[in-house]
Amino acid sequence: MDDSILIETRELVKIFGGLRAVDGVSMTVRTQTLHTIIGPNGAGKTTFFNLLSGNIRPTSGKVFYKGRDITGVPPYRRAHIGIGRSFQITNVFPNLSVLENVRLAAQAVGHDNYKFWADHRRFHKYEERAQAILQQVGLASQTNLPARLLPHGGKRKLELGILLASDPDLLLLDEPTAGMAREEIPMLMEVIRSVRETGKKTIILVEHKMDLVMNVSDRISVMHQGQLLAEGTPLEIAANPTVQKAYLGDLYGDLTEGK
Amino acid sequence: MNETLSTTTHSSARRRLAQWWPYLLILGLLVLFPLLAGATIGDPAAAQDGAGLSSLMQRAESGAAKFWQGMIIQILIFAIFAMSYDLLLGYTGILSFGHAMFFGTGGYAMAILIGRNFNWSFGMALLAVILIALAQSLIFGVLSLRVKGVYLAMVTLAFAEMFYILAEAGDFRKYTGADDGLHGFPVPGWLSATDHRTRFYYLTLIFFVAAFLIIKRLVDSPTGKVMVATRENEHRATMIGFNTFWYKLTAFVAAGVFAALAGALSAMYLVSVTPSMLSLGRTIDVLAMTIIGGMGTLVGPILGASIIQLLGYWLERWFGASWTLVYGILFMLIVIFLPYGIVGTLRARSFQIRDGWKQLQQTLAGK
Ligand SMILES: Nc1ncnc2c1ncn2[C@@H]1O[C@H](COP(=O)(O)OP(=O)(O)OP(=O)(O)O)[C@@H](O)[C@H]1O
Ligand SMILES: [Mg+2]
Repeated sequence: MDDSILIETRELVKIFGGLRAVDGVSMTVRTQTLHTIIGPNGAGKTTFFNLLSGNIRPTSGKVFYKGRDITGVPPYRRAHIGIGRSFQITNVFPNLSVLENVRLAAQAVGHDNYKFWADHRRFHKYEERAQAILQQVGLASQTNLPARLLPHGGKRKLELGILLASDPDLLLLDEPTAGMAREEIPMLMEVIRSVRETGKKTIILVEHKMDLVMNVSDRISVMHQGQLLAEGTPLEIAANPTVQKAYLGDLYGDLTEGK
Repeated sequence: MNETLSTTTHSSARRRLAQWWPYLLILGLLVLFPLLAGATIGDPAAAQDGAGLSSLMQRAESGAAKFWQGMIIQILIFAIFAMSYDLLLGYTGILSFGHAMFFGTGGYAMAILIGRNFNWSFGMALLAVILIALAQSLIFGVLSLRVKGVYLAMVTLAFAEMFYILAEAGDFRKYTGADDGLHGFPVPGWLSATDHRTRFYYLTLIFFVAAFLIIKRLVDSPTGKVMVATRENEHRATMIGFNTFWYKLTAFVAAGVFAALAGALSAMYLVSVTPSMLSLGRTIDVLAMTIIGGMGTLVGPILGASIIQLLGYWLERWFGASWTLVYGILFMLIVIFLPYGIVGTLRARSFQIRDGWKQLQQTLAGK
């Protein structure tokens, strides 16, 4: 077994009705790299993420994580073995405070979840961790606000905060900047960059905005109609004639696309 | 938060008192109620031996003092039932249309076991009620929590209906009294609500306080926080690592046990159980109490139980047979004007007011 490979998919296929949303994707992601997936709308990127995080089961194919077949492992268990994800469409606990949203994620990977006889306030460590995370993602001044009252950009930060709180080894980030105001994006990308550099994390990033990923990515995969069209370093991808012809023009033109 | 961590025990005790005094005040009033009622609305003629506490206690066993203790006993029993329902609906987001199944089974189990067929002691029967409720809620929890939302409501309704039909069936008349139910089963003399109303009142109060404290502890625990997360967004709760099924089952079982205890107390108090205890109507009652009082709080269902119980009494006196119509209209008005129930709406308002104050102060400070 190759220790430097964190997650690997083999011939992963997901069919919805007649649609091959993910169509035979074999991908290898090395430990402590930032691997970006780009591709046009409907290419199957989110579906591929759903297969990695266990949201949905593949029609065929396998997923290996740290050398182990996790194809049938349910999503709540994947969180405990170090796979965490954020969502393209904000997916938080709307009526709970910003702090509680993140605290829950920290509590989830601890060992106190079934202590139904104890007051949750006794477990300071989760709350302290949540406070630190909120500091990191720039929400420290809004800890007591119900999450639903956050502006869109704030919700995107919270989405990332919830993911970071569980301290995963592998972060699956599905368009973390989707719909964010342009001026807020650098801050979020900075957080992602720092997480990667200081935390020894592996990140798979789905992103529409090519300019953002060119200089942070170690590798880039291009997805199209459920299949991997090309894979390589950012320079190789930029130079790849097929990719260039078919997509890069599009994607560069896609800068303001907000989803 | 650093503030919380660094405060001395002295001020934390004060803060705790500040948080708990409304509860303590109400508890104090409930504890003193039989004496107060004895002194004010009891029948003076009922006091035989002179003055003092014992005469007060005798007066408490008479007239309106006795009646109103009975009213509070029923309120407390329904409050336990409603708190248990809120654990499902308000905290975990599970809409069950079959919660009366536990209330009724608890009542029947108590009535049958202390009845002539078995002659068990009150303590043994109570233990059995708890064990039966545990088994029943585990089984039906596992069966019904596989589905969600309206489907779960329908599945739980079907299970409850099954018990209703069982209770009504002529085949078990010897045990259940079929459609007549059971009446006048031998409640131990020392616990008779007719002869020792005040004693039964305190027994119920103890059960109520225990239920409140245990449920409060549960909802404030890490487990309770996961229940709330499940209510808010089950999908995300799963994705951050919670196997939500177990938390829903925990809520279901705890709710089942407390509902059964409420049913057992009701059976003891009324010395009667009927199939209606297991009916959809009974679940709707407790649903209404929870919604009117405010879901997702414990004070809400208690308030809801009090209001519905008292409203039922007064409306029936004022409007006679047509009281349910007035009740229906009032219920609609409450749902329209207080969409989060009484407690929920008050909380939302106070949040808005506090928020408004903060913003005003910030504006004034030129921030
Ligand atoms: N649950 C589902 N049922 C049926 N079809 C689905 C489902 N989820 C996704 N699809 C379809 O699968 C295809 C791939 O969708 P997916 O969301 O994975 O694309 P994407 O690459 O994430 O696109 P975007 O850039 O717009 O987010 C689309 O055609 C979509 O309509
Ligand atoms: Mg997508």
